[in-house]
Amino acid sequence: METVKINDLACNDLPWKVIYDTTRCTLCGSCVAACTFGAIKPRIERRRKAFSDTETPEPKISFKAVPVITQLNVLKHYCRGCGVCERVCPNSAIRSERNPDSRFNVVYQTATASGPKRGGRNNLENQARTLDTLRVGRISQMTDPSLDAQRHTFDCLAPLGRILPADRLPFTVGPDGKLVPTGHTPPTSWIYPVIIGDMSIGALSWRMWEAVAMAVAYLNEECGLPVRMCSGEGGMPVKLLTSKYLKYTILQIASGHFGWNRIIKAMPKMIEDPAGVLIKIGQGAKPGDGGLLMAAKVASHIQAIRGVPKADLLSPPNHQGLYSIEESVQKMFLSMNAAFKFRVPVAIKVAASATSVSVFNNLVRDPYNIVGGFFMDGIDGGTGAAHDISLDHTGHPIVSKLRDCYLAAVAQGRQGQIPLWAAGGLGKTGNLAADAFKMICLGANGVFTGKLILQMAGCLGNEHSRCNACNTGLCPAGITTQEPTLVRRLNPDRVAENIVNYFLGMDQELRKLMAPIGNSALPVGRSDCLVSTDKAVADRLQVQYVC
Amino acid sequence: MCRIGAIKSLNYVHPSRALQLMNSQQKGHDNSGFAMVMQDLGGIFADYKDLPTLSLACTDEGLKIAEGILGAAGFKQVFEWIPETNRMPGLDIKAMPNYVFRTFDYPETYAKSPAKEKEELLTATRLKLRAAMERGETGFAYSFWPDVITLKEIGDPRDIGTFFGLWDENDRFTAKVITAQCRQNTNYAIVRYAAHPFFLQGYTTLANGENTFYQKNKEFQASLNPAYIGFESDSQCFLYTLHYMHRELGWPLSYYKHIITPLPFEEVQKREDREQLSAIRQSLAHLEINGPNTIIGALPDHTLFVCCDAKKLRPIVVGHTKEMVAFSSEVCGINEIMPDRDWETDIYPNEREIVVIDNTLEVQRWKQ
Ligand code: SF4
Ligand code: SF4
Repeated sequence: METVKINDLACNDLPWKVIYDTTRCTLCGSCVAACTFGAIKPRIERRRKAFSDTETPEPKISFKAVPVITQLNVLKHYCRGCGVCERVCPNSAIRSERNPDSRFNVVYQTATASGPKRGGRNNLENQARTLDTLRVGRISQMTDPSLDAQRHTFDCLAPLGRILPADRLPFTVGPDGKLVPTGHTPPTSWIYPVIIGDMSIGALSWRMWEAVAMAVAYLNEECGLPVRMCSGEGGMPVKLLTSKYLKYTILQIASGHFGWNRIIKAMPKMIEDPAGVLIKIGQGAKPGDGGLLMAAKVASHIQAIRGVPKADLLSPPNHQGLYSIEESVQKMFLSMNAAFKFRVPVAIKVAASATSVSVFNNLVRDPYNIVGGFFMDGIDGGTGAAHDISLDHTGHPIVSKLRDCYLAAVAQGRQGQIPLWAAGGLGKTGNLAADAFKMICLGANGVFTGKLILQMAGCLGNEHSRCNACNTGLCPAGITTQEPTLVRRLNPDRVAENIVNYFLGMDQELRKLMAPIGNSALPVGRSDCLVSTDKAVADRLQVQYVC
Repeated sequence: MCRIGAIKSLNYVHPSRALQLMNSQQKGHDNSGFAMVMQDLGGIFADYKDLPTLSLACTDEGLKIAEGILGAAGFKQVFEWIPETNRMPGLDIKAMPNYVFRTFDYPETYAKSPAKEKEELLTATRLKLRAAMERGETGFAYSFWPDVITLKEIGDPRDIGTFFGLWDENDRFTAKVITAQCRQNTNYAIVRYAAHPFFLQGYTTLANGENTFYQKNKEFQASLNPAYIGFESDSQCFLYTLHYMHRELGWPLSYYKHIITPLPFEEVQKREDREQLSAIRQSLAHLEINGPNTIIGALPDHTLFVCCDAKKLRPIVVGHTKEMVAFSSEVCGINEIMPDRDWETDIYPNEREIVVIDNTLEVQRWKQ
């Protein structure tokens, strides 16, 4: 017997165990070839078998070398539970099973002197969410009739851009009793209240980007839904920048300023203005941390777009050199506005945190009328690869933060002047329409979402830390990787179709929610039509408590 | 449902006509109250058109409080009308001990002040009165404005009419514009202030229906102007929107409809004035209404108008003769007071128009 090496890794230390059935396996090799993480490998096992070949039992022993598939107990190659092996196996001979006794968080760190890094979801928030304790409670009956979701028309649009208070609109009354504009108003566009959130071109594969861009163009041009997508930090391919599809894209400039050089250079060749500019302070959802693009994903085309060498790329947690709200308003907003000659709304994105309301309050008083939107991302947001510790433990949940900002605007009579956009775990249960509707009732003008888009594309990850390996460059679905062989697994047409269909379904669901409360326009701030089954939530959000 | 009505006439009209207009619709309300605002007054008030009249319902204690405040502010009483109330048993009315309609001269220090300053003084005084009498419900100050009288009470409108002696037509107590409501109290406690019409600085509105965007409207209006208070009824918001747009922003009446029931985005895009309309929709999104409503309003210059919400789920009809125009929730109301009119010319306003009556009684229909 071998001596026990107690400190060696066993498969039982890992979060997933591979269950394999020798009797069903035909050794086709598909699973081994498909596992992007190299978590399984073929091996020869020596099997002992007792048998008898005479009429009266005369047991004999035979030894045979049998080829089998086994799981690697190597940290670098731990099984992510993505289930691709099961998907490709023609005989159902292999699958992965969650290991509740895993020691992974400890062994990983003791072996690597670093916490696990992941993309995707956090691990802790698996219980019922705040939004799930809310219901649309104001169902109109006789005094306040509901609408017919199929027959009535609905105005499902949300503003992006600075909105002047009515007493500052540059109007005079003309001789014919009509209002005549006498000056410039900040640019505002009315867009679909669900934006495809900012995922960078380094984080997503080029096929995934292409699929999203295709879906957005289709939604706009064929379905009449003015959906916008947002580039993440890291710029965009020049081909897209100079295409007519730029008008559906909100360009992001983030703390790392990645890719901006190229954007500035492409400006003279742009045939359309972008849909907006989003200035992101630090990592979108995790206050005080930066998004992480691992070197494994910094392929040559990413290097070209971002103008960087192949190395781990961290978006700094804050804009280096901008240390006050005043400064950010003056410097970035003025320059970004000026760059597009004040034709394009410029918005700001921050992580939901203890001070986000103060920041919002400051911006609301912005004397330049230049802040065209306040985007806030909660703890459940952010696809950006990150350390587990940030994913699980930094940030604020979004719901109460959004509500606080809205009520702060109400207290000043300035609601709507800086449109509020919120995200962070919306659509986590798969139903974005309900989440968006509730957020809008609580005061959001619109919402944005990222991870759900990955799910639409066929992402295998989930909230229980299955897969969630977007940082590794080994995404088994070809969504968050730059490996050419893996990217080819993704069918961009199918992905675009999925996204389009999801949005169409969601649009119908939004109407289904607007109809019973009798609204034909988005119910921004209509907290009176929500009820909560949780007293604490009801009190905190100032909605009716029901039980 | 509440029933609402309004009369605008070339000649002075007695409120009994308004009572008849409303009474014939009695199947449509629950007799829980009656209220009216009379503007452009005739009869005993005709000589005091430039001086403010206070409309008050109060207890003896409330009256003392009010007199104290008005005296301290320097208002001098020049005229008083105390309706001869009929306190016979069996009437369904929750009467207050005193009903006070007093006309005052401005404090001396305001003798040379511009109109705007005087108006602000009147409003501030009314708010002060209201606040002072609110404790212990010692009184209700409905209006304090030149050429305006407001009367509101809880009970059966017929009995309220009897109580105030309003059924007997005479030429002492008349007006050219009368707006009235018989109410149906559904989702609110019965509060005197909650009865329509609502009045502020020459603007009057009344509505029947429900304001679906009440919460949004209220949250927005509360910070716009210190006089935007109360919100005892979800329909009070319509008054504040009218006041804000017309008086504070100085925009023409035609934009009222664009604020409360904006055109769909698609339609706005097709219009020449899309820039203005989009800006209005953006800036005043929180004043939009979405519920089923008909709104009747009067402007300080006595223009009377009516419009509906964009779904037009509450009926209203406009009937007119050469001398008089009447709005009514049900046509039976107009039949009652104008039996000889040509009913074929009655107007049933649609969801995209404002019907406006100017002081010559010309009936205009403005398309949104
Ligand atoms: S579940 Fe995924 S990671 Fe695990 S062995 Fe199968 S293919 Fe590999
Ligand atoms: S399938 Fe790809 S995108 Fe989804 S969690 Fe795994 S690595 Fe990330």
